[in-house]
Amino acid sequence: MNLISMEGITKTFGRVVANKEIRFQVKHGEIHALLGENGAGKSTLVNMLSGIYTPDSGSIFIRGKAVKLTSPRAALHAGIGMIHQHFKLVEVMTAKENILLGQKSSFFIRDEQLTQKIKEFSHRFQLDVDPNKKVYDMSVGEKQTLEILKVLYRGANILILDEPTAVLTPQETQKLFQIMLKMKEEGCAVIFITHKMNEVLAISDRITVLRKGETVKTVNTGETTTQELAELMVGHPVNLAIKREEATPGKVLLEVKDLIVESEERVKALKGVSFSLAAGEILGVAGVAGSGQKELCEAIAGLYPVKSGEVFFKGENLVGLSPRQIITRGISMSFVPEDRLGMGLVASMDMVDNLILKEYQNQKGLLINRKPAAAKSKNIIQKLEISTPGIHHPIKELSGGNIQKVLLGRELDSNPDLLITAYPVRGLDINVSYKIYELINAEKKKGVAVLFIGEDLDVLLELCDRIMVLCGGEITGILAAKQATKEQLGLLMAGEKNGKREDTELA
Amino acid sequence: MLRMVKRAQMSKTKSTGIRLLAVFLALATAAILIMAMNLNPLEVYGGLFKGAFGSAYRVREVIIKATSLIITSLGIAIAFKMQFWNIGGEGQILMGAFAASCLALNIPDLSRPLLLVLMIIAGMIGGGLWALIPAFFRAQWKTNETIVTLMMNYIALKWVMYLQYGPWKDPLALGFPKIPNFTLNGILPKVLGMHIGWIFAIILVFLVAIFLNHSKKGYEIAVLGESENTALYAGINVKRTIITAIFLSGALCGLTGMIQASALNNTLSIEVSEGIGYTAIITTWLGGLKPVFISLVSVLFAALLQGGSFIQIAFGIPQAAAQLLQGMILFFVLGSEFFIRYKLVVDRPSLGEAKEELEE
Repeated sequence: MNLISMEGITKTFGRVVANKEIRFQVKHGEIHALLGENGAGKSTLVNMLSGIYTPDSGSIFIRGKAVKLTSPRAALHAGIGMIHQHFKLVEVMTAKENILLGQKSSFFIRDEQLTQKIKEFSHRFQLDVDPNKKVYDMSVGEKQTLEILKVLYRGANILILDEPTAVLTPQETQKLFQIMLKMKEEGCAVIFITHKMNEVLAISDRITVLRKGETVKTVNTGETTTQELAELMVGHPVNLAIKREEATPGKVLLEVKDLIVESEERVKALKGVSFSLAAGEILGVAGVAGSGQKELCEAIAGLYPVKSGEVFFKGENLVGLSPRQIITRGISMSFVPEDRLGMGLVASMDMVDNLILKEYQNQKGLLINRKPAAAKSKNIIQKLEISTPGIHHPIKELSGGNIQKVLLGRELDSNPDLLITAYPVRGLDINVSYKIYELINAEKKKGVAVLFIGEDLDVLLELCDRIMVLCGGEITGILAAKQATKEQLGLLMAGEKNGKREDTELA
Repeated sequence: MLRMVKRAQMSKTKSTGIRLLAVFLALATAAILIMAMNLNPLEVYGGLFKGAFGSAYRVREVIIKATSLIITSLGIAIAFKMQFWNIGGEGQILMGAFAASCLALNIPDLSRPLLLVLMIIAGMIGGGLWALIPAFFRAQWKTNETIVTLMMNYIALKWVMYLQYGPWKDPLALGFPKIPNFTLNGILPKVLGMHIGWIFAIILVFLVAIFLNHSKKGYEIAVLGESENTALYAGINVKRTIITAIFLSGALCGLTGMIQASALNNTLSIEVSEGIGYTAIITTWLGGLKPVFISLVSVLFAALLQGGSFIQIAFGIPQAAAQLLQGMILFFVLGSEFFIRYKLVVDRPSLGEAKEELEE
């Protein structure tokens, strides 16, 4: 008998069909990967399993019994616990307090007994958590472990992990995999959502592939290959190799020297960063999320106050210039912010209004002429295959991938000399991702300097010329991509400084 | 189990239908109240209509009321477009009226056209500057403009009250707390039996529509309203945009103040604002921040006010009951917005669910 069985699940949001007649089954004691591109309906499906959404139609059986999961509490009652991508922990509380939060308990907390029980759990699942440590003192890996312990303590024996490795270094990922294997040994079932195929192959027992809201196939991990999975995800054969354009870098365009920036709370987000970037070169930036990537991009673009240090672009120091000055001085810098809707685009406006965002100031007079932008919109829609009801449709109603294409389309259209792009393929399906890599390569060929903030190490290694690793606001190493390995990058991401750090000055 | 589901976009006909239904339901509900007062609801509603549009005089009164409402709403709309919640229309109207009155009372012998133009400029600057105070705090220290603009209303009101009861009190008014009337030079002329303000309102509707939809500043205001980060990223000067937009917002309210003082009250008093600054918030919202719709809504509102005061007299209904009627219509129409955005779905409770609820 299956532990979980979802039959004919359909869920719609307005006109969008997120899940259509989905069939999904999980056995006792297995690690089951849910694989699919962004927008394939993975999150919707597990959100119904964890009681956040209710299906429009279809039934869910747990241990053969039909259940209606109307709230996360009801789901937990049925033994289902979910670890969200963004942790649901209270920073100022200890691990123990977080575990107890919202639990039914007697008025007085029997402290000793609880600590003992938490320790038992930690031991049983080999979860290394100090019950009295405050969450704000924890690393990302520790927080994740605590989240797992929390739902296990609350009685879950079916665990859903939503893209758990996105925030982890390769080493922390290995540790997480150990934990998952241990849970499997203890008889728990683990549902693991991801779009990284190598991880799926490394850890799971079975894989269910979703595409466009429908179940494509469930396969046994031992009997499949990366190529087959990619084809199942996309729906047609794909070529997974990224071609590195061999180009000889030109002269240095961007030179950053001892850049230090502080957040509003006077925490140093960048602690003296120095590097250079030449025309026709792609410099990758690797690092765990929140290592200073965002601040680096924003500081160069004039959006983040610089405490000290210099940013030379074509020999001119950009520090102290306002974003508008940077734009109007003819410094062509395209910046694809990592927060698409929060910064790069205006959510409720249509595509035309979003395309004029950075160029309307170049128009003469007080009024804006939107006609050229309308023509350009149609052009970009065709070139990047954006699916939208029309150029006057508010972009927030498009899918994440299409929104990203609007943003990237606008930035590439401005013919930059320096392209700063942060996570340009986040939320895009495989096809478009590879198209984006091609576009970036084409820019490089034209002699554009590219600063590429990435998250997938495989992509960084294949696409970039050099890779700079950030950890805690510091550069822990700059490696030539051809010679670098994932393990090396992983160690640097975790903060181990590279003895032979090479500051390749390309003069 | 009843639950709310967000609707996908709704067709124009359907949403209009829902709004009309809301008005109908409001009238039906209010009918019960009217019957409780031993009156015939149909007659009262007929009176409401007759009171607003029954004679040329009444139509003119409606237009005069709508004029101030439209100009103020346009001002509020500019601020709201930037998601700057300007609740300070009242205060800006009062300070606009105050600035215009300074001129009308001190240089009454200036030629009429010149004095009026100067009063208009002074009124707009007065309202604009009054609005700039909270705008400056918001731009500089990110204070909450809702609270600051609201508080500024009381300061403005008390300031005018001080003038009315103190230094500006008319010595010839036999102790009655009243500021002397303007001379004819300080009073707006009439066109078609209504003060010239209605022409201003029509022109301003188009100007503000062009400003919001087609100008660079209008675009910057909309971007900034949506997200300050995006505005920064696009190279928009955030502080300057806030200051400009809010000055304009306050200036339009100030213009209302000038019109109210000059054309209607013929002097400054604590009554010049008449609550228009608050009513305009509602009309602005209902008009969806779109100038043309705002003016339509404002006319309807003015008609409701005018008709409301008519039925008080015609049927001997107490003022409170007439206001109750207005409040009900408003409540239903605002409430209908919820049903335009969401629909209600009835779930048939199944066994599993019922059982789980028991267990919780």
